[in-house]
Amino acid sequence: MDALVNKRIAKVMKGDQDAFAEIVELYQHKLYQICYRMLGNKHEAEDIAQEAFMRAYVNIHTFDQKRKFSTWLYRIATNLCIDRIRKKKPDYHLDAEVRGAEGLTMYSSIPNDDELPEDELVKMEVQERVQYEISRLPDKYRAAIVLKYIEELPLAEISEILDLPLGTVKTRIHRGREALRKQLSNL
Amino acid sequence: MKTCPDYIVQYMNDYLDGDLEPSKERVLKENLATCEDCRKTYHELTKTIAFVQSASHIEAPEGFVEATMKKLPKQTQRTGAKRWFRQHPLLSAAAIFVVMMSAVLFSDFNNDQQFSFTKQPNMVVEGNTVIVPEGEVVTGDIKVRNGDLRVDGEIHGDVTVVNGQYMASSGVITGEVEEIDQVFDWLWYSIKGVFKDAASIFNKDNPTTNE
Repeated sequence: MDALVNKRIAKVMKGDQDAFAEIVELYQHKLYQICYRMLGNKHEAEDIAQEAFMRAYVNIHTFDQKRKFSTWLYRIATNLCIDRIRKKKPDYHLDAEVRGAEGLTMYSSIPNDDELPEDELVKMEVQERVQYEISRLPDKYRAAIVLKYIEELPLAEISEILDLPLGTVKTRIHRGREALRKQLSNL
Repeated sequence: MKTCPDYIVQYMNDYLDGDLEPSKERVLKENLATCEDCRKTYHELTKTIAFVQSASHIEAPEGFVEATMKKLPKQTQRTGAKRWFRQHPLLSAAAIFVVMMSAVLFSDFNNDQQFSFTKQPNMVVEGNTVIVPEGEVVTGDIKVRNGDLRVDGEIHGDVTVVNGQYMASSGVITGEVEEIDQVFDWLWYSIKGVFKDAASIFNKDNPTTNE
């Protein structure tokens, strides 16, 4: 598989666009899945996955052929997803106390769509629920959990994709797992 | 209400990642066997993993490849050429050198079809023939283009005749004599000139490094 991919990449580097179509064909589902699990939205996932492929194409000459192409590609995609998640976040802190209202934080002033009431949760279908729980994870744990349990990648590869030391990846997976466990304690 | 010690939770996590040392694994198992809370936590963690892994595989929507390919920047002839140049820097440099060099040289050769020669005192010109008359002494190099040279006197210097003939006679020439007739000879001569110039520039610029 790697030899096949490298042959295609060599062609793309020489300017063969059709060879790139074969690469997109090969990785489309995995890449789309990562984006979907990270973002929880089909349109955004498609958008970001396409953006990731486009960036890979434009910057193909910076790819080191001694490395694994999928790692490089996933790295582009996860970075784009994390950027997108951060942009969606409001840049004020919800924990900040509202002035003049003692004890009240910003949480109390926005409609609470993050935490669903329990009876709503019970009505959710399993698939829906999985996505919901993943999307509640902080983005740094989310990336690690998605790569580990959805893509089922080895830890060493995850560490390369996220550009983090192995120890940090482990910590994030532990914390992500722990956070999920707590979220699911009513399951 | 967490009652399990932190190191046991750490062991659980390492175990789930598949890298817990066997000695610690034994500790963990003993702990799980005796502690109700630990067993519950461990069970919840495995359930959590199973839950996440139950997420069905998602596929990219129909027409994803086509849509992606349409978004790529169009591969123009120019970027193709650019890429080629980037990948073959040495060849590119050589190609540019050859093209420029031959353009300069050929235009030089073809545009200079007129008779010309280095001006020196006491030379006589008859038609297309430059004559150094008997008894005269010319000091310096002489170059004749598209004409002949006849030396009856003396020349203290080099002689170059391009597209013409050097007529040997009783004259005396102290330098080198060179006759250039063909395009390729002319090329060679010019290139030699360029290198000589370059060398002299280097000698002038770095008199110390270029002994």
